[in-house]
Amino acid sequence: MSVRHDVVIVGGGGAGLRAAIAIAETNPSLSVAVVSKVYPMRSHTVAAEGGAAAVIKDNDSLEDHFRDTVGGSDWLADQDAVELFVNEAPAEMIQLEHWGCPWSREPDGTVAVRPFGGMNIERTWFASDKTGFHMLHALYQTSLKYSPIVSYDESFATKILVENGRCQGVSALDLRTGKVETILASALILCTGGAGRVFPFTTNGAINTGDGMAMAYRAGVPLKDMEFIQYHPTGLPGTGILITEASRGEGGILVNKDGYRYLQDYDLGKPVQVTDPEHPVKKSMELGPRDRLSQAFVKEMERGRTIPGPHGDFVLLDLRHLGEKKIDKKLPFVRELAKNYAGIDPVYEPIPVRPVIHYIMGGVDTDTDSATSLLGLFAAGEVACVSINGANRLGSNSLTELLVFGARAGRAAAIFATQNPDLDVEALEKQGADEQDRIARDFIRKEGGTERIATLRREMNETMESGAGIYRSERSLRDTCDKLMELRQRFSNLLIEDRSLTFNTELTSALELDFMLDVALAIGQSALARTESRGSHQRTDHPDRDDENFLKHSLAFHTDDGVRIGYKDVVITKWPPQERVYGK
Amino acid sequence: MVRELTSVGVAGYSVFLLYLVYRLGQGSEAYDAAIGLIMSPASIALHLIALVLALYHTVTWFNVTPKVIVIHLGEERVPAFMIAGAHYAGWLAVSMIVAWAVLGT
Amino acid sequence: MDKTMELEIFRYRPEQDSEPTFQTYEVPFHTEWVILDAVNYIKDEIDGTLSYRWSCRMGVCGSCGMMVNGVPKLTCAAFLKDYTGKIRIEPLEGFPVERDLIFSMDDFIAKLKSVKPWIIRKEGEDKPLEEGEYLQTPRQLVEYQQYTMCINCMLCYAACPVYAHDNTFLGPAAIALGQRYNMDSRDQGRDQRQEAIASHEGIWQCTFVGECSAVCPKDVDPAGAIQRAKVASTIDYFKELLLPWGKKS
Repeated sequence: MSVRHDVVIVGGGGAGLRAAIAIAETNPSLSVAVVSKVYPMRSHTVAAEGGAAAVIKDNDSLEDHFRDTVGGSDWLADQDAVELFVNEAPAEMIQLEHWGCPWSREPDGTVAVRPFGGMNIERTWFASDKTGFHMLHALYQTSLKYSPIVSYDESFATKILVENGRCQGVSALDLRTGKVETILASALILCTGGAGRVFPFTTNGAINTGDGMAMAYRAGVPLKDMEFIQYHPTGLPGTGILITEASRGEGGILVNKDGYRYLQDYDLGKPVQVTDPEHPVKKSMELGPRDRLSQAFVKEMERGRTIPGPHGDFVLLDLRHLGEKKIDKKLPFVRELAKNYAGIDPVYEPIPVRPVIHYIMGGVDTDTDSATSLLGLFAAGEVACVSINGANRLGSNSLTELLVFGARAGRAAAIFATQNPDLDVEALEKQGADEQDRIARDFIRKEGGTERIATLRREMNETMESGAGIYRSERSLRDTCDKLMELRQRFSNLLIEDRSLTFNTELTSALELDFMLDVALAIGQSALARTESRGSHQRTDHPDRDDENFLKHSLAFHTDDGVRIGYKDVVITKWPPQERVYGK
Repeated sequence: MVRELTSVGVAGYSVFLLYLVYRLGQGSEAYDAAIGLIMSPASIALHLIALVLALYHTVTWFNVTPKVIVIHLGEERVPAFMIAGAHYAGWLAVSMIVAWAVLGT
Repeated sequence: MDKTMELEIFRYRPEQDSEPTFQTYEVPFHTEWVILDAVNYIKDEIDGTLSYRWSCRMGVCGSCGMMVNGVPKLTCAAFLKDYTGKIRIEPLEGFPVERDLIFSMDDFIAKLKSVKPWIIRKEGEDKPLEEGEYLQTPRQLVEYQQYTMCINCMLCYAACPVYAHDNTFLGPAAIALGQRYNMDSRDQGRDQRQEAIASHEGIWQCTFVGECSAVCPKDVDPAGAIQRAKVASTIDYFKELLLPWGKKS
């Protein structure tokens, strides 16, 4: 028993929906399925706040966007990919405007842009401070217009089906019935998003558990640059709720316990007064890149100049000088979140913030057509690593990336599916039946386990934070990897209490933990092997960048004996590595 | 939900007013008899109830008018209290005219 | 455990329960906890079989709506400290329950689609991408912006007595989203949406109770959107009646 579509997309967030629309527009005769473990508008694109970068104004240039992105990546981004990305970004953003995204505007009716960290000029489009929310809903609502797009909502993909060396579909657990469906496809696109939930303190929603990464990895596709994890410098302590970088783009400042703008002590330039029309200075101080700001926080904490709190130390994000009117117009969601979850009104008080896991630069290794090394398998969005983000992503590049590479994945998959319509149906159905058996045997009917899912998850979270956080060392990473192997052992002794088929969320939690353990170990091993410091990957035992040995992408391969690490060259077309300078 | 129910009272009173007009059309004798009926204590009590219902209906209705009437001056939305306030002001003005017409002459 | 609180939660597992039941759990009380934190605590530490939806826990994904003491709430934005005594948690009212706190959203998805929630341009009036964005002034943006804020959390449907009485009603969120496009200066598709919106199952079912706007966590004001659609449709009607030779604008 199976169902069949020409192209199947796993994940209904920004990248997945953009890909689906691209396919429907490229070839309306193709049948497209979007398989999502949540209703598409719940996908985590919804939580992005600040904006999406694309060159649109006359005073800006594609070359500048290219250089900001490559420099921001600490030269680990592939320059051919970045060039293509900045070139295609404006048309994609305009397309979204035509689809109804309510972009904030200038008085003359053109799209407004704001400054963002690591960008040399204002180029971030925004829809108030709910940009991801508006983009996702515009894409979702627009996708409803296309009849070839079929939705499998609340359907949890568990395994990529590979036959004859080619990806030919996916097994997915229908949460409503508990049945594992075999969904056959001539091409499959993974758009499952990030894996922030392997860490304890994250802006990511509960659903960001690295499912697509783990599935591709198990199917033999390497995970690229997994050691590069982005901490966003401004999350609310305790909850980890994101306070957007746009709050600094609009002029907010970061101060320590003495009210001092401490970033000036960390090679990020000299502060200008908030009343100065020059403020905020681009690529300087609060508008430095996220990796450097998060690292500065740790150093400041070591100096004892942060403020202790019940959920760890914090510093203060001060927006008061912006005034109520500007905050309400440009940052209303920040005000709402700070009031609700920190109990303070940023119009009158500074917001307590600390670095929080936000984004994973690494992911499924893809080329610029979003194709992976497995024939018929594509990936786009946070799950993928093209790479345009290298060792550190610039804020507001990821929402644009969803569009550019989502659309590219859709078009490439449409062509592939058209050229490769034949499938090994019988063998695939057998694989699907085996997957149903595995899930029944290992989970739903599993007897006698003793380990609680939440306990293993918590221990995984803790060891990732202690060993693979902002600063790492061989010692900390080894401890983390050892702990993760121990957790993998204990996972086989998992306790499952829920035997039912209808919305068995204990089962989905277990499957998610299973995926996360694979992703976590790939992160740990990749970080252990990279004995240099670059961008967001800072090794206390190897504090310098080492272009001679590590100007290359890490590739983590899944083997029966664990993770094998390989490497791949970085594509450098026109801008050889230099020192990475901010605040000058 | 309560507002929806009060509309039954308002509608009922409208029917009663129509009845008075009908009686008026039948000549002064019939009209006087109807007036006599209205003056009874039971009728006065019913009138008071109808008044409360009508007042409740009016006030809650005016308070929701800002939802229906959305006016922007530039990018700023005219605040709800001003829209509702304009309705109250209009109500007051009409009531004064009626009061003048009934009591003043 | 210092202070604790009791949660009385609606349970229904179709494979084993013929009737829904309530199960009471004792959870620790923390002032900064939202109800969702308490429900997560139950799932993680006490009873892994409890099923519900959640994700962003910052009030924007729209997953975690539940009835809290009979009132529709986003449980990630409802704090334990605002309640005393036993808190009763049920699935949002008015929808078929799938299991425990999970209800079916199929009806809403179909209704959303019926109002054509996308930009519609007249034949041949699409602007090519090369010519850039449609111009839209901040003044034109605020005209519909409020209605773009809908997170599809379904609280308004759960609060709507009309929908509870007759679920053929198109409902607050779907109408507000249709109206969102109607009022967007880039859109030319209002006529196409009228079929659904101005139908008997559409705006005319609404008696303007206003509960939808009262419970909306994002101040979308669907009640306002519906009444404005009624006014616009009424104007259409009179225009057609009085000016049968003219075209409605």
